Amino acid sequence: MSFDLNFIGILIGAIMASSVPLILAASGELITERSGVLNLGVEGMMIIGAISGFALMVVTDNLFLAVIGSMLSGLIISLIFGLLTQSLLTNHVATGLALTIFGIGMSAMIGKNFVGIPGKEFPLLFLNLKESIPFLGPIFFGHSIILYFAFVLPFLTNYFLKKTKTGLIIRAVGDSPTSASNQGINVTLVRYSCILYGGAMCGLAGAYLSLIYTPQWIENMTGGRGWIALALVVFATWSPIKVLIGALIFGGITILQLHMQAVGLRIPVQLLSALPYIMTIIVLVVISRDSRKIKLNTPTSLGQIFYKEK
Amino acid sequence: MIKIEKRNDVSRSIYFLTPVLAIFLTLFGGGIIFYILGFNPIEALKFFFITPISDLYGLSELLVKATPLCLIAIGLSFCFKSNNWNIGAEGQLIFGGIVGGGVALLFYSHDGFYVLPIIILSGAIGGMLFAMIPAILKTYFNTNEILVSLMLVYVAKLLLDYLVVGPWSNPEGFNFPETRQFSESARMPILFDGLRIHAGIFITLITVFFSWLILYKTYLGFQIKVSGLSLKTAKYAGYKGKTMIIIVFMISGACAGLAGVGEITGPIGQLHRNISPDYGFTAIIVAFLGRLNPVGIIFASLIVALTYLGAETAQIFLQVPKYTGQVFQGMILFFLLGSDYLLFFKIKFLGLKKNEL
Repeated sequence: MSFDLNFIGILIGAIMASSVPLILAASGELITERSGVLNLGVEGMMIIGAISGFALMVVTDNLFLAVIGSMLSGLIISLIFGLLTQSLLTNHVATGLALTIFGIGMSAMIGKNFVGIPGKEFPLLFLNLKESIPFLGPIFFGHSIILYFAFVLPFLTNYFLKKTKTGLIIRAVGDSPTSASNQGINVTLVRYSCILYGGAMCGLAGAYLSLIYTPQWIENMTGGRGWIALALVVFATWSPIKVLIGALIFGGITILQLHMQAVGLRIPVQLLSALPYIMTIIVLVVISRDSRKIKLNTPTSLGQIFYKEK
Repeated sequence: MIKIEKRNDVSRSIYFLTPVLAIFLTLFGGGIIFYILGFNPIEALKFFFITPISDLYGLSELLVKATPLCLIAIGLSFCFKSNNWNIGAEGQLIFGGIVGGGVALLFYSHDGFYVLPIIILSGAIGGMLFAMIPAILKTYFNTNEILVSLMLVYVAKLLLDYLVVGPWSNPEGFNFPETRQFSESARMPILFDGLRIHAGIFITLITVFFSWLILYKTYLGFQIKVSGLSLKTAKYAGYKGKTMIIIVFMISGACAGLAGVGEITGPIGQLHRNISPDYGFTAIIVAFLGRLNPVGIIFASLIVALTYLGAETAQIFLQVPKYTGQVFQGMILFFLLGSDYLLFFKIKFLGLKKNEL
């Protein structure tokens, strides 16, 4: 019996690991969207983070630099989005799509020389505790520092948005940019900062994939996780804690379908692989059906262009 | 001193000139990227944009690539004009290809003029039905069409993968992930011997004509445009928003499905895993670059098709990955959106004005 329990512990640990990139990217995007900016470039920023992190790891042989670098490159590429949507007042949806297309192309271009290079082992914390405590050990221990950070992040984000002055300013900008601007808040600056923060988090999410989760570079390795992260923000009705719950559900589906594939059930592999995407649609339908609830929680100015006559 | 002023009305000439500006800026940006990669930028750009179309075969290839791009972008323009963000055309293309391909396999032993039209029609219906999923979910369940249409791309890709590996794989194909080659009567007629350009181009041109007719000469087209400009006005005028959303998605899905069936009965001739090099996504750029205007989209599809060819040539001559094309496509859209700023704002050089006085 203790063996079974331990196995369930390992399973939960795996689910947690697979939800990390979703939590990071969705938490970042949540802040961006709370300021009224809809950045559909999550997938592009993640994949840029993934290749930059991996390339820096290979070139510098330093994992710390690789992680920091991936965040920086996510931030830099989100700056393009910021410049366009905030300074040149472009359409958020189209610009975000351009960012994704550009990011995927750019990552493949940079990544050409990094295909097939094995990754480096990322240090995992408390490995001895993982082995010695059954069930709880594999759940709470033996993870990377980024996983622990990811699981604290939604709570920090929640506190930040609800209890700090800066968080309040971000929400004000997202809900009513005109009155925020009349109060003397620099709406453009706030939105720029939120976009850059979102970019850095997506970069980190990508690095988690290429450095820890599947430590290697594969073209298109984000595989739609950026889009699922975007769906998660809607699913969570812009609440950070619900992002965590949603990410765990999707992590669960991913791990479950992998295990079902491994067990060799007579269900086609492709159908199982399609499950996360189909589930995303179903969940979106269930959540969005109540249009009043969605309207109540959506940042009022989401995706709208703000222009202040000078 | 530079002063930025809001324009009172949008200038029509600038509206169609900014795409040209965007293309020049993209060439410039591409030159910089090639320079960073260690190539002579002029040489590299020549390999990218001139070498591929310097012979007849190249020109035919350009049209082969522009045919699906133009078709999908025309369909998307209906959606985008009315503020419906269908970004899953790639999935609709694949699903259209699956349905059309299934019919082609069904009629494998048939021989007759009726085979190809049935295949083409079923492909269009396939794409149309697939596009109705996000449309119906949007209208009746208030679900975000961007995310649903995109998720369905992955579903369609996996479905295609399942079919060509499993039930539809060629019985004599040594387990390769592909179907049989379609029979001759299921293939698009080739227009010139030795070139790949096929009759699909006529489907595209006919679609362009009818789209222009619908968009500019019918009440439906008027409704679509008004809804895009102002939803409030559209509601006030009493337009049936839900029906219109479903119609634009159906048109757009049918176009993407046609593109898919054109690919499998044209250049490809069978179903396999990669029936489209992301035409469905790239067509989004084509639609914007063409200003959602049927004629504009024709030109835009030729330019964007060139980035596909250029990437292939550059891959051979410069050993850069074929994804360079995507970098260029992303840049075109960035610059195009950015240069739209000139539409709404005037940049005045005040220093010059004083001299004039």
